[in-house]
Amino acid sequence: MDLFLQNIVNALQWGSFYALIALGYSMVYSILMLFNFAHGDIFMVGAYIGFGIATGLLALAAMAGLPVPGWLVLVLTIIISMFLTSFVGIFIERVGYRPLREAPRASAAITGLMIGIILETGNLALLGARRLSFPSLIDTVTFQIGSVYVTNKKIFIVAVSLSLMFGLHLFIQKTKWGMAMRAMSYDFQAVPLMGVSINKLAPLTFAIGSGLAAAAGILYGLAYPVLDPYMGILLGWKAFVAAILGGRGSILGAALAGFLLGFIEIFAAWIFPSTFRDLIAYSIILLILTFRPHGFFGQAHSTQLRL
Amino acid sequence: MDFKGESAKNMVNKKASQRKGRGVKAWLARVFGRIPLIGWLMGSLGAVLIEYFLGDALSYYLGLPKIPVLFGSSIILKKPALIPGALAYLLLVYALPVSLIAKSMTRPANRLARLLASRPVSLATLIHLGLFYLILHLWAEISDYRLLVLKLTMIAVMLTLSINVINGYMGEFSCSHPGFMALGAYGASITTLLLCVDDKLMGPALLPAAAGPWLFPLALIVGGIVASLGALVIAIPSFRTRGDYLAIISLAFLFIVKSLIENLEFAGGPRGMSGQPDYAGLPTVFIVMVLCVWTINNFVRSTMGKALCAVRDNELAAEAMTVNTRKTKIVTFMFAAFWAGVAGGLFAHVLRYVNPGSFGVQRLAEILAMLYFGGLNSVTGSIVGAVSFNLLSEALRPLELYKWIIIPLLFILVMLYRPTGLIAFTEFKPRELMRPKE
Repeated sequence: MDLFLQNIVNALQWGSFYALIALGYSMVYSILMLFNFAHGDIFMVGAYIGFGIATGLLALAAMAGLPVPGWLVLVLTIIISMFLTSFVGIFIERVGYRPLREAPRASAAITGLMIGIILETGNLALLGARRLSFPSLIDTVTFQIGSVYVTNKKIFIVAVSLSLMFGLHLFIQKTKWGMAMRAMSYDFQAVPLMGVSINKLAPLTFAIGSGLAAAAGILYGLAYPVLDPYMGILLGWKAFVAAILGGRGSILGAALAGFLLGFIEIFAAWIFPSTFRDLIAYSIILLILTFRPHGFFGQAHSTQLRL
Repeated sequence: MDFKGESAKNMVNKKASQRKGRGVKAWLARVFGRIPLIGWLMGSLGAVLIEYFLGDALSYYLGLPKIPVLFGSSIILKKPALIPGALAYLLLVYALPVSLIAKSMTRPANRLARLLASRPVSLATLIHLGLFYLILHLWAEISDYRLLVLKLTMIAVMLTLSINVINGYMGEFSCSHPGFMALGAYGASITTLLLCVDDKLMGPALLPAAAGPWLFPLALIVGGIVASLGALVIAIPSFRTRGDYLAIISLAFLFIVKSLIENLEFAGGPRGMSGQPDYAGLPTVFIVMVLCVWTINNFVRSTMGKALCAVRDNELAAEAMTVNTRKTKIVTFMFAAFWAGVAGGLFAHVLRYVNPGSFGVQRLAEILAMLYFGGLNSVTGSIVGAVSFNLLSEALRPLELYKWIIIPLLFILVMLYRPTGLIAFTEFKPRELMRPKE
């Protein structure tokens, strides 16, 4: 029972990474009807930008001789890196996806994959093959609730990701841009005729998705402080699975499926030998999709696809 | 009737070639336009013969340390001082002999092509393939590196072609190809290790060593069958869903296969298997590749292939037009997976080592890149995509890291200017390819 609760805590943390990344996939999908396969690498870039900002801020504070608390650095890092990484997303949209809006979807997929490779290799070329370790900005404090151990980092990670998701929810439900996004995902042919500019909406979507990915990257760096250029590949593909599992283009579905994927993986590794994690986890997903072929919140679509 | 059509076409050709064009392209068409395929093959044969017999001497006189292995790419990128020598070598060994021999043989080559055109097409194909193999064989004699590059390129051609059947002709977005490949590689490796060689994992050989090479095709078929049984896992969900959902079903399949193999202790687990016998020589790989191209080309041009395109374009309409969509999907998935498995078996026996790590999402990105670079729905496109991707990535190897910036950039440019890939939606017609040009 204790181990069960402990694993729930771990799964919440692990799932929040998937959920944050999956949101980016899902948002882009709901607007442009395509998946941004460079998204996993945007997560990686976000983590590296976060690393740069954090070390820069720490160095700045040390130079000025100010006793800046770690949590302030962390919050500043998250905000600044989300802002900067969103420009990476906008840039990728501009060069990689806008020229291909009318092209077959598969070409956009290839462009995304290739941009991902460029980001990985560019990073490798710029920073070398050594692995960087993310600075530990806040000291780990372990609380004991009952017999479950919870660190302050885990609470922070889950809290930040949940509040980001809530913020996104508010943005989509309450603002005019959010309304435009909802409308666009409802009907991508009629809505541009109603005066919604897709050339503004698409970069905005990419920016928000990339910002969320950057937050996920920094939180990931906080939990697992080793960064390497290929860290985004597997996490990105798995979050892609979560994004579709939730139902394509469904924001709530993507977040929930992200957490679900985290739970499945953590519990598969707990119940079975940990080497069987992927085997069990993805067999479950295969079964889910066999019986609910359109994900949790997705609508059954016609067989006519924009391929 | 046929003969008339041919001669009319020739007249048009002649007129086109006599027309005064301008520019390099028109000039090239005027000079080289009338050389049939067999002429080019003869020219290439001449070139590789020259390299085979005189290559060492030539490279010595040009100041090169050894024969440039891959068209001098590594010399050009690494040692700028040797560039003139390398270029002269390319000119003397490849460009001049190929063009001169092909040009001077125009007339006899056309006569030969006409002769072959009047015989059954299988005979002409065999002769062309035999010549082509001879060229490749002589070319690969120079170094083991060339041999390896050639073998891996041929395997890539098989992989790209087989994924084209699913992603192109059936219009799905399947991500499971490395999984099929892994199943085939392990199936074939276990068969050969069990039956033909003594090793630590599988114990002593069950059959005499002499039987081994003859059993190799059987091992490949076993690998292919294992892969096509695995394909059922994807084919059955594909009845109810397609597009993105099928994409992640196939992606989940890939993760499952990889994880399964990592947990198979008797197959080496995550460390992989080594010690596969050296059965996959150049002739074997070449023959298997030719068989693969032949069957896949026939498959996509058959009634089944037409049904496949119907399913791609509109599944409901296809169903209404009496296409058995379920049967079509199952057969296609199993057929494509079979060839991916055979390619995987060859891959394992060429490298003589497999581990689960080589069948991950990075391999998937590579296969998808080759497919979409070449173009969907086109056998020629798949061949072009696979060959150009492999040769490019080998040629740019001296750039080390920057290779993986230049190749993706190139691919993005191709996608921006030709979103459907280099050659999409064309039929591969050997008869057209081999026809006389005069």
